[in-house]
Amino acid sequence: MECKITKNNELNVENLKKKIKKRIMIDKSAKLVFLLSALFALLVLGILIYRIFTQSIGWLDIQFLTSKLSIFPEKAGIFGAIVGSFLLMVIVAPVTIILGVSTAIYLEEYSSKGRLQTLIKTNISNLAGVPSVIFGLLGLTVFGRLLNLGSSILAGGLTMSLLVLPIVVVASQEAIRAVPGFLRDASYAMGASKWTTISRVVLPVALPGILTGSILALSRAIGETAPLVVLGIPTLILKIPQNIMDDFTALPIQIYYWTLDTVLTAEYANLAAATIVVLLLMLFTLNSIAIIIRNKFQRRY
Amino acid sequence: MKTINELKDEKKAIFSIKNLNLWYGNDQALKNINIDIMEKEVTAIIGPSGCGKSTFIKTLNRMVEMIPIVKTSGEILYHGKNIFDKGFGVEELRTTVGMVFQKPNPFPKSIYENVVYGPKIHGIKDKRKLMEIAEESLKSAALWDEVKDRLNDNAYGLSGGQQQRLCIARCLAIQPDVLLMDEPTSALDPIATHRVEGLIEELKNHYTIVIVTHSMHQAARISDNTAFFLSGDLIEFGKTQAIFSKPRDKRTEDYITGRFG
Repeated sequence: MECKITKNNELNVENLKKKIKKRIMIDKSAKLVFLLSALFALLVLGILIYRIFTQSIGWLDIQFLTSKLSIFPEKAGIFGAIVGSFLLMVIVAPVTIILGVSTAIYLEEYSSKGRLQTLIKTNISNLAGVPSVIFGLLGLTVFGRLLNLGSSILAGGLTMSLLVLPIVVVASQEAIRAVPGFLRDASYAMGASKWTTISRVVLPVALPGILTGSILALSRAIGETAPLVVLGIPTLILKIPQNIMDDFTALPIQIYYWTLDTVLTAEYANLAAATIVVLLLMLFTLNSIAIIIRNKFQRRY
Repeated sequence: MKTINELKDEKKAIFSIKNLNLWYGNDQALKNINIDIMEKEVTAIIGPSGCGKSTFIKTLNRMVEMIPIVKTSGEILYHGKNIFDKGFGVEELRTTVGMVFQKPNPFPKSIYENVVYGPKIHGIKDKRKLMEIAEESLKSAALWDEVKDRLNDNAYGLSGGQQQRLCIARCLAIQPDVLLMDEPTSALDPIATHRVEGLIEELKNHYTIVIVTHSMHQAARISDNTAFFLSGDLIEFGKTQAIFSKPRDKRTEDYITGRFG
């Protein structure tokens, strides 16, 4: 057979050289554009952290961490807000983890692929997209008014739980789905019931993923402000909350009010900055724990 | 007086499969299967890929029902009772009919925890008793000497062949009557395969074994009876020796002589 490839003029060496040069140029500029986009976020974060740290210097000390609130900047401290945030987590953690993991187990292991499952799944995704202010209104209506919990820690905690529930559900679902089917088969083939298989095989293997999702959800809840504002957390509370039915204030709320009131007292800006440092440190710690858990329990099968 | 051969033939059928049909949705995977699985014998299931041999073996412990679209008709009598009956507990069935899978599937736990998983979920709590069971099962699975000093190591540190023998030990720990093996050596190298085959030779003195295999040589080497499946039909079933020396059906002959499949 005769070979019939005719030489294409466009593909001669000179032409190719030019084209390749152009492509290398495009390649380089693309890299630059993407690098700048990546640096932009980093730059903003850098400015924020720099400003906060310089403003908080001199204000963030033991006295600040251990004192009650005060209208005098020199005497004010955030002990009440720290206790408030802590007690809030005491409500949010168990409620979201128990409800979230249970929902995920139901959806992944029990529910048959049908209308109900689709309905629940769609609603969970929708819930994840609802703005936090609206969760605040939901909490105000149901927990604050209907159940008459007012603006207590319990009401705030339950509202926050609703807000971060979708994160835990979705993360747990993914972790459970990632457990290979052959492990379940091995358990069922030995006469294990569904719950035995879930509790002894599926959950232990899925645990790192579930924990990571839960911790990320908690760090989101610690930083959320809007739902608490809507619930009507009082501006100035001098009492340290004693139990979950007490009124309270939390770290992000404190930041919000101090920032609002800078027009009255300029030093409030420094107090807000110092509080932000405390809050950021808490968040970084939580997120680091999540990363450590994720790395430590890499897949072993 | 009966001859020895007749007495041998009087061995009890542990499974009696009668008119078994099975569908995945609208596709029929098993067509009117009738077969008796004899006690304390090795029954090999052979046939080309997709012939229904794995489906068949998974029907015996009802693991096939893990796939939601499966429908069955007919009967499988296990010790005379139909396993499809409403009152028949599937968990109970699976504690006496153990299964070893194609790919070794130990749990991501220690070797010890793998073996005692079955006894533990069935309520044994005594540590000494569990240790006894673990040792006995690992010895029966010819793995004890290799792992006795590292029972608390993760099972995934074992080689593929060791993992498969661990899975067999895990199965033996619940003291089943029947062992179902779905191509247990297809993921193993020749040496590991040899060891597992030797183990099956040992185990057949105490257990009824049903083994699905791709390898005709393996079927010929280790089984007493052989069933040949082709596209969901049971083509031929009989003594392994007879099937391999004088197959009655042309299709069986073609398959075992390697003309297709």
